[in-house]
Amino acid sequence: MKKTYKIDVDCANCAAKMEAAANATPGVAHAVVNFMLLKMIVEFEEGADPKAVMPAVRTACKKVEDDCEIFL
Amino acid sequence: MNKKQKQVLRRILVTAALLVLLHFIPVSGLPRFFLYLIPYGIIGYDILKKAWKGILNRQVFDECFLMAVATVGAFALALTSTGDYVEAVAVMLFYQVGELFQSVAVGRSRRSISELMDIRPDTANVEIDGELTAVDPDEVEIGAEIIVQPGEKIPIDGVVLSGESSLDTAALTGESVPRTVRPGDEVLSGCINQSGLLRIRTTKEFGESTASRILDLVENASSSKSRSEDFIARFARVYTPAVCAGALALAVLPPLFLLLSGRDPRLGDWVYRALTFLVISCPCALVISIPLTFFAGLGGASRCGILIKGSNYLEALGKARIVAMDKTGTLTRGVFEVRGIHHAAMEEDRLLELAALAESASTHPIARSLHAAYGKPLNLERVKDVQEIGGHGVMATVDGRQVAAGNEKLMDRLNVSCTPCHTAGAIVHTAVDGQYAGHILIADEVKESAAAALTALRHAGVRKTVMLTGDGDSVAAEVARAVGVDEVCANLLPEDKVARVEALLGEKKEGETVAFVGDGINDAPVLARADIGIAMGALGSDAAIEAADVVLMDDDPRRIATAILLSRKCMRIVKENIVFAIGVKLLCLLLGALGFAGMWLAIFADVGVMILAVLNAIRALFVPKETA
Repeated sequence: MKKTYKIDVDCANCAAKMEAAANATPGVAHAVVNFMLLKMIVEFEEGADPKAVMPAVRTACKKVEDDCEIFL
Repeated sequence: MNKKQKQVLRRILVTAALLVLLHFIPVSGLPRFFLYLIPYGIIGYDILKKAWKGILNRQVFDECFLMAVATVGAFALALTSTGDYVEAVAVMLFYQVGELFQSVAVGRSRRSISELMDIRPDTANVEIDGELTAVDPDEVEIGAEIIVQPGEKIPIDGVVLSGESSLDTAALTGESVPRTVRPGDEVLSGCINQSGLLRIRTTKEFGESTASRILDLVENASSSKSRSEDFIARFARVYTPAVCAGALALAVLPPLFLLLSGRDPRLGDWVYRALTFLVISCPCALVISIPLTFFAGLGGASRCGILIKGSNYLEALGKARIVAMDKTGTLTRGVFEVRGIHHAAMEEDRLLELAALAESASTHPIARSLHAAYGKPLNLERVKDVQEIGGHGVMATVDGRQVAAGNEKLMDRLNVSCTPCHTAGAIVHTAVDGQYAGHILIADEVKESAAAALTALRHAGVRKTVMLTGDGDSVAAEVARAVGVDEVCANLLPEDKVARVEALLGEKKEGETVAFVGDGINDAPVLARADIGIAMGALGSDAAIEAADVVLMDDDPRRIATAILLSRKCMRIVKENIVFAIGVKLLCLLLGALGFAGMWLAIFADVGVMILAVLNAIRALFVPKETA
């Protein structure tokens, strides 16, 4: 399953860090952060529930880049 | 500027004013230190806070951390030896100026591109109980009726039920001439209704409509990354830690060496150089300008009706040196039309009328082009005794006269001697009352811009153009002559086209790519096999949009050269920015290590390079003039 989320982040480097953090979160098969469109496209692993995974992704991103937001 | 940016701007102005003010206040020693802490706090408090949080979260190689260490270090040095507090504040100030500029520039281009792609309306109008109501277009089912008022964009693909209007299709095709639509015509979402009220029966769901699909394509495009972008990401990962290690070495090793060899270690000096290193270490010019360049390039391309599915394809397209093209629908219009009437034994219009009437019962493409050329309704009562002879033609009695229309074999059969035609195409010979009455030439028409397109391709650096066609030699040769391609391959079956493209792939040199251009009908395998598949006039054809890497929304072949030029320009900007940014940084690192460059120069290099690289990146938004 693939879902797109709106995000808010200030710099391209931070976006890259968010991408790495999201990819390392369990339940995420593949995540891409598009800094120019301020969007995060997340492909979930088979059987993973986006509603359970996304808060974890958000926490992981907050950890690497304090000043970011994912609108769930 | 948004609220956040305005606040940063205020902080910058206040800090700058305070710096000027403090310059004229004659205090020294500790009071001076505390006075300078005020502007430093105003401009840098968020950076310091972020740096602290970064340390807590074990994210040490963060630019905030680097700026914090560099400026705090500079303050410490000023307190202990130099007394130059301005430097630390100024470094923070310029850093913030750079960040502000970057955020404004990115916001601007983000907005200008999304405006450009703002082709999908958020509501659809439906009639509920006789009243016009705006609803969520996702809820409109296939076959429902929607109403589009003048000035509105069509939300969902469909067929016009009633109303007449002219549509602005510029957002979809880049074509500025409006299209007139009448009841029965198919309309695509994303077009702007200019004049009349249109009632439309939808034929697709909102998510499957043209506007939605194009938007998806463009959004996914900037998410798939090119080799250059990967390179930058990898570079940044190595670069920042490497520079930090360098800074540490610079602060520790030379003083240690000097100390051991019994000389003055000049620790302050070396620490200052190390701090300068840290200021230079932020790779932001690269990290921001490369994706921005690709984003602007893809945006600029979609503005003129060229959809590129990803920055990796943009990279490949810029290297296209061999271009193979399908004939029908790409170089020619793909529509068969009457091109001429030769050796007519009567008025040409009268001959056309007789032939069209004789063929009135047929639905063969050739018969249809005769009907179209005749242009008037066919009165079937004038035609009797229609006799179709497979593989030959038809015979019929029209207005009481015996009319035969068909190929040479039909004429032979009727013992009528016919005059052969010297022009390539399908020939309809006619005989009236047993006498030869001339022939009608039916051919596909070469697109007006095809020859110009080939010239433009050559100017864009393409060294070889090949035309692939399933048609016979004579037709192929004539089209090839008219448009000027280098090589022609005729009589090809669809699988032969794949083989030809594979041969071309074997022929290309290192660093070159082979592009194939087709209209997406029957050539999806070829589109997929070539390095870059370009589909033309593909609006509404799902298969073509799926198989191709680049989609040209209108069917003007000159756009191929535009797309190549645009990609080349974009890649050139990417290279300029990489070389420029890395070059200036390395130079400053060297000067800093040798003690020629202080922190002032370092921060100017950092912010200045970033601003120039961002401005350079925005150039990619503009389509090269030569062909646009």
